[in-house]
Amino acid sequence: MSEQATTQTAPQQGQHTMPAVEAIGVHKAFGRLHVLKGIDMTVMPGTVTVILGPSGSGKSTFLRLINQLETLTGGEIRVDGEMIGFKKVEHKGQEVLQTLNDKEIAAQRSKLGMVFQRFNLFPHMTALENVMEAPVHVKHMGKSEARELAVAELQRVGLGQRLDYYPSQLSGGQQQRVAIARALAMKPEIMLFDEPTSALDPELVGEVLSVMRQLADEGMTMIVVTHEIGFAREVADQVVFMDGGVVVEHGGPEIIDHPNEPRFKDFLQHVL
Amino acid sequence: MAKKQVDGEGLDIPDRIHALPVRRTGPVVAGVIVALLAAMLAQGLVTNPRFEWNIVWKYLFNENVLEGIGYTLLLTVISMVVAIILSVILAIMRKSINPVLRGVSWFFIWFFRGTPVYTQLVFWGLFSVLVPKLSLGIPFTSVSFWSIDSSTIITAFNAAWIGLALNEAAYLSEIVRAGLEAVDPGQTEAAKALGMKRSLIMRRIILPQAMRIIIPPTGNETIGMLKTTSLVLAVPFTLELQFATNAIANRIYKPIPLLLVACIWYLFITSILMVIQSRLEKHFGKGFEARSIVTEDNGDELDGPVAVSETKKDRIARGNNVKMIGLNA
Repeated sequence: MSEQATTQTAPQQGQHTMPAVEAIGVHKAFGRLHVLKGIDMTVMPGTVTVILGPSGSGKSTFLRLINQLETLTGGEIRVDGEMIGFKKVEHKGQEVLQTLNDKEIAAQRSKLGMVFQRFNLFPHMTALENVMEAPVHVKHMGKSEARELAVAELQRVGLGQRLDYYPSQLSGGQQQRVAIARALAMKPEIMLFDEPTSALDPELVGEVLSVMRQLADEGMTMIVVTHEIGFAREVADQVVFMDGGVVVEHGGPEIIDHPNEPRFKDFLQHVL
Repeated sequence: MAKKQVDGEGLDIPDRIHALPVRRTGPVVAGVIVALLAAMLAQGLVTNPRFEWNIVWKYLFNENVLEGIGYTLLLTVISMVVAIILSVILAIMRKSINPVLRGVSWFFIWFFRGTPVYTQLVFWGLFSVLVPKLSLGIPFTSVSFWSIDSSTIITAFNAAWIGLALNEAAYLSEIVRAGLEAVDPGQTEAAKALGMKRSLIMRRIILPQAMRIIIPPTGNETIGMLKTTSLVLAVPFTLELQFATNAIANRIYKPIPLLLVACIWYLFITSILMVIQSRLEKHFGKGFEARSIVTEDNGDELDGPVAVSETKKDRIARGNNVKMIGLNA
């Protein structure tokens, strides 16, 4: 099982760029439930990877593994060439893995921004405070500097007029845009989107997708788990179809219109 | 409180309906019955000579009574503050990844919740007899870094608030734990994804949201504590309100009027505590259950920018007020 899901094969351009995210034989089990059964994936910097698949295929779990919200059971994930979650140590004359501590995990997470299906905004803070929170308390940025940054990020997602609103006073689409601004304020190299439009009313999906499209145009490295086939076709550099804990098919966005695997064909028929 | 709003006020609605309200006799009948009962009660209270209101009035602001109120308040405040701090620590320990901390917290709660507060107060009163010297050293050796006579630290007053605080902390920590567990786990995930550390997440994200759930029962506990302070005669500490009024009653052979004096003061202080509680609820309720106003204005830049006017801000502020009234009721 050495499916290397990649469209950018750098060598022939004579340029060895390091992958932004590289997954090698990733396994994940919850108790006796084997969710991921050997995922290989390479995401190059500045590209958009869209992961498609039916519910329960393990695509969200894979995204959560990258950000260490879950712990790997087997295999390896590298972000910017650095192994995440563990470090190699000498133990009784053998090289073994040791779990990273809180601080080391936080440092690795700083490269990644994440957007959740249910937004997960902090309800006791206004939009502005939500975005300022991490720059002030994690990066120890000054309040006024953080405020400027937060205002700029909120303007970027079209919410410059909503600074002092609480999440409960915003629509779902607006809340998700605040969540995107909150992640961007930490200046991540890679953005992870976990079904960012699945909890939205149909008429609010467009505003979130347009912000994501704008981010992709600016060259952000993105991994997006979604059911929005249209978005995948337009924006993705790489499309990965997962089912039953394995990568069934991968390739450029053209595979959406010309799928090879019957399971992918079947899935597309149901979604489109 | 704001006056009742009429739906669609100021809007041009054709054929607006101006209907009379439903005729209901129930509230009128109930009102009359309650008014009669209240009048009977008032008559009984005022005209029954055995209540001896002249004596109530005479002792209401008695020097010993006022001193008793002072000590009651002091005991309530000190023991609640200590209990709240301790209970948050206990609740966080209970949810710790460290099994030793979890065990200590479990044992503390088990012990102090499982024995009567009266017994605990007696124990604290006897502390300096049981343990004449407090010292810090290595157990089962003669090594001692520091030691002091217990009786200088565990005075009657200190024994009283220590006893009350430790007992209360055990109860409160369960309330705090319930509050912490009520916060959506997605909040922790989002905070982690932003690079926040465990302690920071607890302080900035989880606790402020848990407070909203913790405060009403804590207000309850505070009011309970106000009255539990009367048990400190077990220590014995004999300067608080209940003991002070009882002492006067025994001296002048008038138990009823002095019970009334105590009741009046307890009710008065409870009322003040209720006001403080509703203020706190309002503070920690920020951002919750605020009515969505997005449908009624158009400040979204994606649809073209519109400045948020003063009236809209007022409307948001009012929305925030409205939801609190329900909570206080």
